[in-house]
Amino acid sequence: MPVADTDMAAKLAELDAYIDSLPTKEGKLITVLHKAQDIIGYLPFDAQHHIARRLGVPSSKVYGVVTFYSFFNIKPKGKYKIACCMGTACFVRGAQAIVDEFKKRLSVETGEATKDMLFSLDTIRCVGACGLAPVISVNGKIYGRVAPDDVNKIIEEYMAKDGGSVG
Amino acid sequence: MAKITSNILVDVSGGKDVYNALAKAVSAAGLGKSVQVAAVDGFGVKAEGAVVKVLPSGGYYTGVAPEDADRIVQAAASGEGGSPVPAYTTNVRVALKNVGYIDPASIDDYIATRGYEALGGCLTNNTPQDVIAAVKASGLRGRGGAGFPTGLKWEFAGKSAGDKKYVICNADEGDPGAFMDRSVLEGDPHAVLEAMAICGYAIGADEGVIYCRAEYPLAVARLENAINQAEALGLLGDNILGTGFSFKISINLGAGAFVCGEETALINSIEGQRGEPRLKPPFPAAAGLWMKPSNVNNVETYACVRHIFLNGPEWFAGIGTEKSKGTKVFALAGKINNVGLIEVPMGTTLREIIYDIGGGIRGGKQFKAIQTGGPSGGCIPASLLDLPIDYESLASVGSMMGSGGLIVMDEDDCMVNIARYYLDFTVEESCGKCTPCRIGNMRLLEMLEEITSGKGKPEYINELRELGEVIKDASLCGLGQTAPNPVLSTMHYFMDEYEAHIRDHKCPAGACSALLKYVIDPEKCTGCTLCARNCPVDCIAGERRKTHVIDQERCIKCGTCMAKCRFGAISRV
Ligand SMILES: Cc1cc2nc3c(=O)[nH]c(=O)nc-3n(C[C@H](O)[C@H](O)[C@H](O)COP(=O)(O)O)c2cc1C
Ligand code: FES
Repeated sequence: MPVADTDMAAKLAELDAYIDSLPTKEGKLITVLHKAQDIIGYLPFDAQHHIARRLGVPSSKVYGVVTFYSFFNIKPKGKYKIACCMGTACFVRGAQAIVDEFKKRLSVETGEATKDMLFSLDTIRCVGACGLAPVISVNGKIYGRVAPDDVNKIIEEYMAKDGGSVG
Repeated sequence: MAKITSNILVDVSGGKDVYNALAKAVSAAGLGKSVQVAAVDGFGVKAEGAVVKVLPSGGYYTGVAPEDADRIVQAAASGEGGSPVPAYTTNVRVALKNVGYIDPASIDDYIATRGYEALGGCLTNNTPQDVIAAVKASGLRGRGGAGFPTGLKWEFAGKSAGDKKYVICNADEGDPGAFMDRSVLEGDPHAVLEAMAICGYAIGADEGVIYCRAEYPLAVARLENAINQAEALGLLGDNILGTGFSFKISINLGAGAFVCGEETALINSIEGQRGEPRLKPPFPAAAGLWMKPSNVNNVETYACVRHIFLNGPEWFAGIGTEKSKGTKVFALAGKINNVGLIEVPMGTTLREIIYDIGGGIRGGKQFKAIQTGGPSGGCIPASLLDLPIDYESLASVGSMMGSGGLIVMDEDDCMVNIARYYLDFTVEESCGKCTPCRIGNMRLLEMLEEITSGKGKPEYINELRELGEVIKDASLCGLGQTAPNPVLSTMHYFMDEYEAHIRDHKCPAGACSALLKYVIDPEKCTGCTLCARNCPVDCIAGERRKTHVIDQERCIKCGTCMAKCRFGAISRV
């Protein structure tokens, strides 16, 4: 896939510029991974090897850090990232039913993306909006007091933006 | 020029209708020069409907509608109006003093509330030893969970030899269901920066690091802005206020790992490593970040510091109980009418918090338990509601203060399922470094999963208890040492629920879906087919006008049929 390759090369070049701008590389692995995920959207192995070389640390260490922290993804996410809060406040106000409804409507498990890469579904722990429980967020936009009946509306809202249909 | 004599503060978090009506009423009455209407983002806890506060009387109006605007404006103009509401007036604001009252993006607003006066005073009038003595005298204890005396911690770090030291702010706020630190960071970022600089002066550090969870982008943005503003005014950076003391602060992002809230794991994470805890001792005060002496405190702990210097340590020590001084911020959530942040003096009872401030249980249901301390804490039953909250009393009933999450549970919550929920959390978040935590908690979880799905064996009760005690004793860090608390405390207070699951295969609260059955009452079923048409897995069979039947094998217990039935024919047993 030559297109994807040049795309990735450009992104890694952007990352390199960032790494070069750091006053020191010591202790900056997590900071660089944050930036890389910002630029690429996720952290494929190629990018991990690249970062290891640029920071002068073993790839195994990069992989160890990436897999330790739940914020870092090895697989690509959907265009619209749905995150259902499973923090305690949301849990006691029925968050599980919301997650189940999303799974059913999108035919995915948590941690997966739909085939067309439009949506991905994840659970997170508390976004600090417990007063609005249960809470979900789509690309960072918060929806509070969500009921299972709202799930379809939310999905359709984003599909309308994209002019697609559920699949 | 006419002077503003009254203020009307409107909570606009639920919409601006009331705000607009009040603003209109003020100009219609020609009072624009003396009565000011201001929009604020809530007064702490949130009840249904708009809330308005009038100053100087300090009274509140609750459930305000736009039609009430004229009446409120007239009352406010005469300097009166409103009435005290326990939900707000029981609050004593220290850590949250400025939150919601000043513009967090403006250093001028902060300075107008005597901002950076405490730092200036410490740098010019006090020795580092004086500063430490004042913090010790105040009785301030860590708000991050364990309640270690803050002054003592500063003294240890101060006495550690070293040319380089660090001041670290723990803004990881990992307890799921709590957001105290987030509000402080977003609402009053300078208060944290000022306290870190005071701490730096006290222990001899010139560098501060804030470790903030990546899930709080607004907090990070506000902190960055605040740091830039303070540096521009010479309140942070080199040679602060011309005193020769230099202190700079940087921000480090977390990456979603609960264990990184533990101070040594946090330090590893700042260094760019996997966030696994270190063996203590050495404590951070002796060898912390880059093995240099470091002081780690929580956001709320820092937020209290400047008030100790502005009002005197005796003032702070005058609030609270004998061993727990000052106030504590709690995030009130769950099955309660008013949810949100509250700040109450230590020693306030759970009953006051739940009924006076929280307005009681939602939907008139029966209170069952209140959870404190997050995944490290426990569930406290109704019989202990008159417990005054402080570090020791919470520990004595098998829970802990924790960082301040208070989750209220009602009759519909199954205590075994709640214990399972927390164990699920700790198993996922265990870093895996030590065996008791990595494997022991997994075994606890497996047993709880079997119990909640009706496959629990009677011997599990003893096994849970024994294994729980071993994990507490043998784990490396606080995560493992406290992980069994949710199980042990629910077993202590709600053993009947465990027994009902194991012996009778019943979930008394009706929460464990594997133990539930939906059945159709043939007497009431009219055969309208509505349930069958709505069933997501097509497991309801029956002809039109004939009784329908649910295939229990295929039923996923979603409850849709029961919600849809117009004749009350479907029940959960
Ligand atoms: C598993 C675990 C998670 C923790 N999470 C946090 C946290 O999110 N925020 C926090 O301030 N302290 C947390 N702590 C407590 C810290 O280790 C440390 O005691 C605290 O930051 C010290 O500050 P304080 O004395 O001001 O409370 C956690 C401890 C453990 C064992
Ligand atoms: S528990 Fe969901 S927002 Fe806090």
